[in-house]
Amino acid sequence: MQHGKYRFIVGFLAVPLGLYTLFVVWPFVQSIYYSFTDWTGLSPDFEMVGFDNYARMLDDDIFWKSLLHSVMFALLVPLVTLGLALFLSFMINVGGRRRRGGPAVTGVRGSGFYKIVYFFPQVLSIAIVALLFAFAYNPDSGAINSLLRGIGLDGVQPLWLGDPGLALWCVMAVLVWSTVGFFVVLFSAGMASIPVELYEAALLDGASRFATFFKVTLPLLWDTVQSGWVYMGILALGAESFAVVQIMTTGPGGPDYSTTVMVLYVYQKAFRDGQAAYATTIGVALLLVTLAFAAVVMRLGRRERLEY
Amino acid sequence: MGTMSAENGTDGVGRRDLIKRSAALGLISVPAMGFLSACASGGGDDRKKAGAGKKTAKNPLAVNETAPMEFVLFDGGFGKEYAEDAVKIYETNFPGAKTKFSATQKIQSTLQPRFNQGTPPDLIDNSGAEQMDMGVLVGKNQLADLTPLLDAPSYDDPSKKVRDTLRPGIVQMGQFDGEKVWILYYAYTVYGVWYSRKALASLDAEYPKTWDEMLAVCEKAKKKGIAGWTYAGKYPYYIPFSLYPMIGKVGGAEVLDAIDNLEPNAWKHPAVKACFEAYYELYRKGYVLKGTPGLDHIQSQTAWAKGKALFLPNGSWVENESANVIPADFDLAVSAPSGLDDGDKMPFGTLWASGGEPFVVPAKAANAPGGMEQLRIMLSEESSKNFTGKVKSLTAYNGGTDGVELTPGLTSGVAALELAGDNVVNPRLQDWYVQLQKEKIGVSGLGEMMAGRLTPAEAIKKIQGFADEAAKDSSVKHYKHQ
Repeated sequence: MQHGKYRFIVGFLAVPLGLYTLFVVWPFVQSIYYSFTDWTGLSPDFEMVGFDNYARMLDDDIFWKSLLHSVMFALLVPLVTLGLALFLSFMINVGGRRRRGGPAVTGVRGSGFYKIVYFFPQVLSIAIVALLFAFAYNPDSGAINSLLRGIGLDGVQPLWLGDPGLALWCVMAVLVWSTVGFFVVLFSAGMASIPVELYEAALLDGASRFATFFKVTLPLLWDTVQSGWVYMGILALGAESFAVVQIMTTGPGGPDYSTTVMVLYVYQKAFRDGQAAYATTIGVALLLVTLAFAAVVMRLGRRERLEY
Repeated sequence: MGTMSAENGTDGVGRRDLIKRSAALGLISVPAMGFLSACASGGGDDRKKAGAGKKTAKNPLAVNETAPMEFVLFDGGFGKEYAEDAVKIYETNFPGAKTKFSATQKIQSTLQPRFNQGTPPDLIDNSGAEQMDMGVLVGKNQLADLTPLLDAPSYDDPSKKVRDTLRPGIVQMGQFDGEKVWILYYAYTVYGVWYSRKALASLDAEYPKTWDEMLAVCEKAKKKGIAGWTYAGKYPYYIPFSLYPMIGKVGGAEVLDAIDNLEPNAWKHPAVKACFEAYYELYRKGYVLKGTPGLDHIQSQTAWAKGKALFLPNGSWVENESANVIPADFDLAVSAPSGLDDGDKMPFGTLWASGGEPFVVPAKAANAPGGMEQLRIMLSEESSKNFTGKVKSLTAYNGGTDGVELTPGLTSGVAALELAGDNVVNPRLQDWYVQLQKEKIGVSGLGEMMAGRLTPAEAIKKIQGFADEAAKDSSVKHYKHQ
């Protein structure tokens, strides 16, 4: 048996590993290679330039701003989204008041309806969501400022996306709005698998809702929360943040670089300025940030797994 | 289970073995790096170019009568019909040639790989959001010199060269450094201040020629609850459409040239300062529509078309772009920017007009003469009229408006060009240094100033800093006015 084992393992792994290498690892290797060249992306001629692109990147104010914003996206958006999703799914599944004759543990009234409503944004593509919110944030005739005017707050008419102090928050809020529903459903599924006896025991001991959440629900849901965190962080570093910033913001990336993120900067350098090599350099930096994020989350999140 | 492996004494692949083997795999992959360069540079020079055809009066560019010709058009605001019509003429003239025409909005995604492989089409309308950077294409010798086309006899009149049938500035715009002409801008855009004649008439006002008159008109409008100005707040690089020609009018065209040439302290010229202060005055006195910094171009154009604001800095495409919101009795007009006062260096009427829709013939095209011949056909009076009639825009062909029914905006554009005469300025920042013009000067400089977050002095200092940075940046190619 022993001598056939390699062939056996290789036989199973060859195809997936091959695909992974071809479509994931190979492009990484290529971009790292290109980051040492002066490739424009528009012509087949280029030369090696050593670490020039990296030196330039470290000296580039816009790069540092985009890095800062990307890190903020990766930390804040998952925190708010998951926090909100945990709260909402707890209320939907566990947080309800006990009703006569009903089960001991239940959600708030109308929770089935809420669950569907929260999931709605997930059905829309992020591009459509971004466009809709761009209209809503229109300071002249958008929904938000019209509402403010409608309730008599004529003096409070923020510029939203036109204000460097607000723009980044506006964009993040859209990302939270559009993704929270997915996690509500994910966490609801997780909570449904927590045995009811644990809740009943906690209730018998007189635990408050607050205590139940932190002492029972959260620890038992930890694995789901952790993978949700990584998933959300990668979304916030990558495609989703690009879409909302590119579609919604001034410039895009503005006003005054207040919303630029690394993915947007990669795109602009590669496809607007014809500096593909420099773009891949920023891409390599983005790769490092993403890896670091995943590593940090995995390490911080390491806990004893609870069996139940 | 079978026999145990003698070396490591464990079942199957030992951990140490695994590490050793993956290290070996890593070593193999290193030489593979050498092949990487092949990814970006497939194809190469092995592609056959079509041989020359017979040079005749009808075929001055000696196009190979049977060589296929491929034409890729940007499918934007001007549509594709005008180009399809021109391709039909090509087919009639060269019945033996196969033509391939395609229109796309994704110029870059479609064509970038083909440039990298060395197999680009013969004629490209390199336009739209996915425009390929012209400076890079020129710098990397990817474009063909269009001088043979410009020196060829024109389609309608063999005694006139093509270059003599074009509007002012078209040939210069196609040059980057030196005499060679890389780009032919087919559409002709008039930039300036767009307004409704009807709205101005209802205020008993005429288009203001000086800034004091401008402020007076805005004050009148404000009393009626109408804002003086609005602009694409999210894309503040629309402001230069009226601001730059104003700077040219106040300080002379050489101030604009110095700015384009990224000369030190170009932005500190008194004319720049005066014009910045004039525009800032619009903000300070509350003449800019509230919320403007948060509007995109469509939203600002819509607010303006609804009569919420009088003036809008824009280009002649606005008539087509906002056609569905501009009321029928709007009486759209464009004017050259107001000046400061009588001390201005250039007369009222000084206008920014320049080419749009850049057409290029790739250096590695298989049938470059065919691409140029297609352009020569498009620059005929008939094709030009066809374009103007269909898409409400002028072309690079000087004339071609007789007998075509012009819309109000286009009529006033033609009148503005006539008034300007030779006083046409042509600032080049937007095609030479896109990033500098759009996100640095536009968004971070002018946008911030017009939102009231920078004073004119601060804006100038910031913009001069950006320009100095760009002048020093070795990763962008630098250009100078000839």
